[in-house]
Amino acid sequence: MQVPILKQGGVLIATIQAALSDADLLELRTALVRQVVRYRSSGVIVDVTAMDVMDSFASRTLLEISHMIRLRGAATVIVGIQPEVAFAMVQLGLTLEDIPTALDLEEGLAYLQQKARSIN
Amino acid sequence: MPADTRILIASDRDVVAARQQGRALALRTGFSMSEATLIATAISELARNIVSYANQGSVTLRPVYGSNGATGLTIVASDSGPGITDVTLALRDGYSSSGGLGLGLPGVRRLMDEFDIVSKAGSGTTVTVTKWLP
Repeated sequence: MQVPILKQGGVLIATIQAALSDADLLELRTALVRQVVRYRSSGVIVDVTAMDVMDSFASRTLLEISHMIRLRGAATVIVGIQPEVAFAMVQLGLTLEDIPTALDLEEGLAYLQQKARSIN
Repeated sequence: MPADTRILIASDRDVVAARQQGRALALRTGFSMSEATLIATAISELARNIVSYANQGSVTLRPVYGSNGATGLTIVASDSGPGITDVTLALRDGYSSSGGLGLGLPGVRRLMDEFDIVSKAGSGTTVTVTKWLP
């Protein structure tokens, strides 16, 4: 299950479209970091609306993605965490505190634009 | 009484299949979407432990009926892997032997109503968890 990555200006948008296996998540990590370098992107949005479960492996991989991308000088936003998924994450002890989150794609883009403005 | 569903776990694909079947069964049993997601998350953690530590094993989904008329879902995650030397340590938040977040087993315990683990170094691990319909 490959995750499509769309390039929109300086932002990459990865939209997860179905449940991902651990291998799929690691593939997404590699693909995103590679494309951030290739396109000199300033921001990345990972849309997890379609993710059925956010367990410890998925959370750890998203944290790694965001840390790697930050080292490239770009920002990552996770959007679309479903309410029931958020509920399970908190019970499990996963809060993704290091990564900015937004309600949906639109809010995520607004967050990145605001961040870009505050730098320039 | 509905039969058990046994899912063999040998790869990360099986982890996804097990949690999807678990969610579907939880919803059929009468759990809400939110509770079904808790159950699916617990299955995901337990099944991944099997792949990570024992290479293979199984996850059994079992509808259960309590003496007080309660309905629930029991999940049995079983493997014949190396076992856990120190179960108390493995249940501690933040402890990980695999470089993970260390939230797997203690997290599963928080997600479910009942939690039982039997493990012996050298002869495998069986984790049995149950969630009751509120």
